[in-house]
Amino acid sequence: MRDSLGRLRGLLRKEFLQILRDPSAIAVAFLLPAFLLLIFGFGVSLDAHDVPVGVVVDRPDALAASFTGKLANSPYFQPRPFATIGEAEKALAAHEVTAIVWLREDFTRRALSGGEAPLGVIVNGTDANSARIIEGYVQQAWANWLQAEAAERGAPPPTPVAVQQTVRFNPAVSSRDYLIPGLIAMIMTLTGALLTALVIAREWERGTLEALMVTRATIREILLAKLLPYFLLGMGGMAASVILAVTVFDVPFHGSLAVLTATSAVFLLAALGMGLLISSVARNQFVAGQIAIITTFLPAFILSGFIFDIGSMPAAVRLITHVVAARYFVAILQTVFLAGDVWAVILPNALALAVMAAIFLGIARLSARKRLD
Amino acid sequence: MAAAPEEPSAALRLDRVTRVFRAGGRRVVAVDEVSGRVERGAVTGLIGPDGAGKTTLMRLCAGLLLPDGGRIAVLGIDVTQAPAAAQARIGYMPQRFGLYEDLSVQENLDLYAELQGVPAAARGPRYDQLLHMTGLGRFTGRLAGRLSGGMKQKLGLACTLVRAPELLFLDEPTVGVDPVSRRELWAIVDHLTRSEGMTVLLSTSYLDEAERCRAVLLMHEGRLIGADDPARFTAGLAGRSFHVAARDFSKRRLHERLSGATGIIDATIQGAQVRIVTETAAPPSAAALLPDVPDARIVAVPPRFEDSFIALLKTGRRAGGMPPAASPPSAPAAPAAGGGDEVIVVRDLTRRFGSFRAVDNVSFSVRKGEIFGLLGANGAGKSTTFRMLCGLLPPSDGSLRVAGFDLGHAAAAARGRVGYMAQKFSLYGDLSVMQNLRFFSSAYRLKGERRRRRIAWAVEEFALGPVSSATSRDLPLGYKQRLALACALMHEPDILFLDEPTSGVDPLARREFWHRINALAEAGVTILVTTHFMEEAEYCDRLVIMADGRILATGDSESLKERLRSKERPDPTMEDAFVALIEAAGAERAA
Repeated sequence: MRDSLGRLRGLLRKEFLQILRDPSAIAVAFLLPAFLLLIFGFGVSLDAHDVPVGVVVDRPDALAASFTGKLANSPYFQPRPFATIGEAEKALAAHEVTAIVWLREDFTRRALSGGEAPLGVIVNGTDANSARIIEGYVQQAWANWLQAEAAERGAPPPTPVAVQQTVRFNPAVSSRDYLIPGLIAMIMTLTGALLTALVIAREWERGTLEALMVTRATIREILLAKLLPYFLLGMGGMAASVILAVTVFDVPFHGSLAVLTATSAVFLLAALGMGLLISSVARNQFVAGQIAIITTFLPAFILSGFIFDIGSMPAAVRLITHVVAARYFVAILQTVFLAGDVWAVILPNALALAVMAAIFLGIARLSARKRLD
Repeated sequence: MAAAPEEPSAALRLDRVTRVFRAGGRRVVAVDEVSGRVERGAVTGLIGPDGAGKTTLMRLCAGLLLPDGGRIAVLGIDVTQAPAAAQARIGYMPQRFGLYEDLSVQENLDLYAELQGVPAAARGPRYDQLLHMTGLGRFTGRLAGRLSGGMKQKLGLACTLVRAPELLFLDEPTVGVDPVSRRELWAIVDHLTRSEGMTVLLSTSYLDEAERCRAVLLMHEGRLIGADDPARFTAGLAGRSFHVAARDFSKRRLHERLSGATGIIDATIQGAQVRIVTETAAPPSAAALLPDVPDARIVAVPPRFEDSFIALLKTGRRAGGMPPAASPPSAPAAPAAGGGDEVIVVRDLTRRFGSFRAVDNVSFSVRKGEIFGLLGANGAGKSTTFRMLCGLLPPSDGSLRVAGFDLGHAAAAARGRVGYMAQKFSLYGDLSVMQNLRFFSSAYRLKGERRRRRIAWAVEEFALGPVSSATSRDLPLGYKQRLALACALMHEPDILFLDEPTSGVDPLARREFWHRINALAEAGVTILVTTHFMEEAEYCDRLVIMADGRILATGDSESLKERLRSKERPDPTMEDAFVALIEAAGAERAA
């Protein structure tokens, strides 16, 4: 036992020295998270802001001016007037505007009669996601304007009644607030699986693992000495990301730190287990990196609900998402950040993570041998 | 031997050990029913060319691989049944020494001391002893990655020795290090076995190291082809080795004549003479062997270990080497443009990487039809010089003329006249032999009839027909070497650059390769070759010896050896000459 502790201490010291001296591990654990957070925090946003919209008014009058004024005052749109629909369509084709709002000849008459909306909206559908968002915004703007008009004239609200929308948990409907918690799951996937797979592949490549195997160190000690440092590094990266998220990006944090720490630890164990599994197959860093990206990071990015809603995926794909560990963690993180400790969400997801961690680590432990084949 | 009773004296016993690998549907028998034993308290050499199965056998003995058949007893323990028990008593140094390059010398030692369970109190004295033995005492704070090849090798050895093992496995410890470091390593191994009674099994592909072992296990293509005292190997060849020389006959033509002659199993060029090994002990008569060479002299010389290896191979299975040149290789397309007699002229060549001078003020020139060697250990600057000569790397200073073209201005024109065979052959492993030939011929812009003719020539000349549809990656090393040379000769260059062309190839394939190179030189092709095999220098007309980016000496192999000849050393080898030069350079720097 004392011998075993001595060997473990030696291996751990070696691992920490290597981390300290090799800038690439630090870079993956701390610089990459900061970089990703900056990109997603500042660069990528799923919200529509100042969308260039072409406005075509066939017969300018007071009512039409009132509606276009409403559009211009909205933070979401930046209207550009066009004389004819033809010109506007050219601009749309040239990507100068993303959508066209067309107030036809009969706009005023039909608006006042309270019938069907006399509004023509043409949206560039290349980016289906943005198209739907813009469509919704225009509808919303139209409904708001109708209500305001009716109230001004003392008339009852027109039918159909505009839908009163209330957004819970992310009242600002800021995509950043819900992207960043999900992003933390991506970052942990990277440090957990990619880093572990890479450092073990590096030992294969340099022939050091071969030398270790002939010493008295047991396979359990060798694996443990890989898990512990990268567990700490992953938790460190996690803490840094959370601090950045809350301080720099003003993401609200409604849950408790204890829940966040505990669930992160479970998720990280699953990711590390995956990294160990990969390293038992891939014995050079290039292959290990490829496998780690393809089997952990890409699925986490696409199938975890981080960007794309799982509920709107086809049934078959939805089924696949159940084996993506990040899926459960993204759900937990979004809940802990935006809603608080909602146990109905946290418990089942944490349980799923614990099962995955146990399976990955179990297979990694059982398949590891002090042998080269 | 299989039925031998339990003998306590054997440190390692192998009983019909077999290991098979499967790679892409192919079945490779890496170790084929090997039986043998390693006696206690001495160095046993596991000797054979690359791919002979040495590393696999070492790993099997260390419990890192499971055998497919047979039994391995390490210190009386069945290593398949109880690998941990065996591993607790052995030391094993893998080929790349198993060092952590981002850890310092001391940190590497500490790590292995903890892993081997050396008590803290015992570490201090043991470290002192090891650091003294390896001469690393001054470098304990240096990162292992910043040590020279020879120092890394010694540190790797020290790490496996922190707890003195009863049986030490060293897998090719002397590969890729300079001859001086090689000698130092052997001094350490000798000390370990003599004074500490350790048993060592050391694998190597350098045949000359066999003579330093107490016993030798000779491997070839997975099989054990001999196991004996090295002296007894050579004793069987007593009276069968001779030097042949003739005043008015070039050594290359002499070699050409002798290597095909009946009754001669081996002919190699050694300096100005040709060294032959005969089939029987009867001394050959000059008149019978070379009737048309009036002044041929034949002198008996002592046999070398390599002779016995070649004799064993030739009488046994044929190796996949190069076929003897059937027809004289085609003459170069055109004589070298301009430049007169000297086709390669290097003046004050320097290449810096940051503050490091990889090549430092190097000058030499090569005449047409000459075989010119760049000799030196890894890191001496040979490959960097080569890359500059090929126009792949711009020099920091100095001038280079190849085939009359200044590489500074007309690198492309010069390249058209040069054939280049890179280290490790740089073939496209996924392509078949024929596809490689087609690709390289089109890369050299051969078209139509000429391209067809050259491909047909390559297939016939290098006997590639039977393997033309095989994937290059799966070829035996000897075939890869042939194919690489065929590709380099596709466009009939008049200068041929060979970068470590025989690295890892077995001695038979190496002989056949040099045979072909000789024929090319006879046909007027200028050949520039780098090698770290000291004995290959003998094939060169002239050579330079490089160390630390500089030229230590220039001349032919005879004159370089001549400087060292003394009463104590009547017949110095090329390696002796090399070591003496390095030591002299070291002393000069220290002064």
